[in-house]
Amino acid sequence: MYAQMVKTDGACVKSLEDMEPQERAFQERIDAGQKIEPKEWMPEGYRKTLVRQISQHAHSEIVGQLPEGNWITRAPTLERKAILLAKVQDEAGHGLYLYCAAETLGISRDEMYEQLHCGKAKYSSIFNYPTLSWADIGAIGWLVDGAAIMNQVPLQRCSYGPYARAMVRICKEESFHQRQGFDVLAKMVKGTPAQKAMVQDALDRWWWPSLMMFGPSDDASVHSAQSMAWKIKQNSNDELRQKFVDQTVPQADYLGLTVPDPELKWNEAKGGYDFGQPDWKEFFEVIAGNGPCNAERLGARRKAWDDGAWFREGLAAHATKAEQRRTAGQAAG
Amino acid sequence: MSSEWPLWEVFIRGQHGLNHRHVGSLHAPDAEMAIHNARDVYTRRNEGVSIWVVRSTDITASVPSEKGPLFDPSNSKVYRHPTFFDVPEEVGHM
Amino acid sequence: MSSAPFPTVDQAALFEFLLRMGDNALILGHRLSEWCGHAPALEEDIALANTALDLIGQTQLWLGLAGEMEGKGRTADNLAYLRDATEFRNVLLVERPNGDFGKTLMRQFLFDAWHLSMLQALRSSADKRIADIAEKAAKEVAYHLDRSRDLVIRLGDGTAESHRRMREALDDLWPYTGELFIGDAADEELAAAGLGPAPESLKAEWDGVVGETLTEATLKKPADGYMQRGGKRGVHTEHMGFILAEMQFLQRAYPGATW
Repeated sequence: MYAQMVKTDGACVKSLEDMEPQERAFQERIDAGQKIEPKEWMPEGYRKTLVRQISQHAHSEIVGQLPEGNWITRAPTLERKAILLAKVQDEAGHGLYLYCAAETLGISRDEMYEQLHCGKAKYSSIFNYPTLSWADIGAIGWLVDGAAIMNQVPLQRCSYGPYARAMVRICKEESFHQRQGFDVLAKMVKGTPAQKAMVQDALDRWWWPSLMMFGPSDDASVHSAQSMAWKIKQNSNDELRQKFVDQTVPQADYLGLTVPDPELKWNEAKGGYDFGQPDWKEFFEVIAGNGPCNAERLGARRKAWDDGAWFREGLAAHATKAEQRRTAGQAAG
Repeated sequence: MSSEWPLWEVFIRGQHGLNHRHVGSLHAPDAEMAIHNARDVYTRRNEGVSIWVVRSTDITASVPSEKGPLFDPSNSKVYRHPTFFDVPEEVGHM
Repeated sequence: MSSAPFPTVDQAALFEFLLRMGDNALILGHRLSEWCGHAPALEEDIALANTALDLIGQTQLWLGLAGEMEGKGRTADNLAYLRDATEFRNVLLVERPNGDFGKTLMRQFLFDAWHLSMLQALRSSADKRIADIAEKAAKEVAYHLDRSRDLVIRLGDGTAESHRRMREALDDLWPYTGELFIGDAADEELAAAGLGPAPESLKAEWDGVVGETLTEATLKKPADGYMQRGGKRGVHTEHMGFILAEMQFLQRAYPGATW
């Protein structure tokens, strides 16, 4: 997902009886569905895990601007150009909301950027794949945003107030993203044979990376169990992946496309599809920095940051000067 | 060199005359730019007609651990809520 | 034909004028959209995209009207994606490369200051369709100018480095500002028919806004030397071909496809 394989602090999930009174009260509030707010007492592990998860989510939004941003200048009509620009702009906004949510936990945005730029913090593996054709823009909206929504909708109910509220805003704004992607593809499959081939090619390349977004199976993971107890993760990776496949395959059928999975088959008994496993070796390579675009993506973020330093400093310096002039003016007056 | 712009809390009043409502935060070098940024970040969908910004560090907040004494008393003043009063059905909407 | 939409003005001159307005918005909006995802701060990334979105929206209106009055069935998209550089009528200023963020903002400010005066004048155009577009666009551009003006002042009067960068941007772009105020036969036609202002008439106001802003920004206004020109009649800089190669790629590579 946008936050994949977030390491959870805490070696095992404690029972209420094993907790100190403060932690127990905290856990009971979470169990009762109450929100935890900034500056309230929280276990250090909860705070650290959230910082990792929210910042990773935020990094994914802003790195996620890049593959789609590639095509803003090449969008085929004025309307498509405006829609894509608005969408990529939304992603910057979502990154901003999430960074602010993380900042309530005592880390600054600059610190988070540093962690991203030095490679310490991760972002979603999906954005290390290239956008090679206009159909990729449709595929990202349809598949990648579709997968993201699966994860983000339940996060609106997560236990940390600022994160939950950011997700509410994000989900509201994102509702058009998946539709625009599907709309791009729906138009193309009704077009020329070359356009239709472009769409199938995009699905072939984006299908497996989209399934990887949910992360490897985590049913038995301690990290996952603790995050679920803290209500900062609501569903297992496999649950969400299943839901995604079940939702997406009929849409692919509607578009007249072939999902590139020979094992894909409707299973009447479970009321869902059986499907194959992505290449997890590839996934771990991408996470480790060896994906097709890791270097470009991180390079672009670093460059934007470094090249913009003089601008940020210039504005900060002006604000300080203006404040001093105001103060001096008041003293003189 | 660290020149991180300070954090601002953004409050927006929508079209319908309700109170300003906290919508989120952002970074800006000063108040004037915070207003500009708030306009660009938080009213992309025509959400607001009036914007307030307050430096985050200038907000004095109630201490969460005192939440009990601060808010519990009003919990017992149920008469402050309109549903406390039974309006006879024949009176209709009030 | 008694139902000709613009009986009082030369149709070619009017078409020319609408292309100029539309192409300025299109090319500048395109340039700004190149920044998306690469700006120095998230807040600026978002703000600049808003300006780009406004300009793309204005493009649709101006070029839509141009196609309509031309009467050959060309849409705004046809005009944007299927003309070659020699048929584009934007001023050279808007096709200048982005450079650093300071240069992008300086270009924006110099253009915005002209753009707002132009649109305000067009609000009283004798043609209601032009006046309506100008009315809508003027509101958007008033905000563009607010923002670009403010940032030019802050960066001019910021650090030594930000001052230097803004000074260099100003000196570099200045020779491209003259074209905004040089009228030709088409402009005269329009002005005579009360459809739009004579370009020269906007100069005094622009000089005022730019002069005040630069003073506040502690930047020295360059002398009006030789001014580059050509865009308004389709003679562009080398950059234009690259902009179009990128922008028009899909429409050119897949002729007749719909998107």
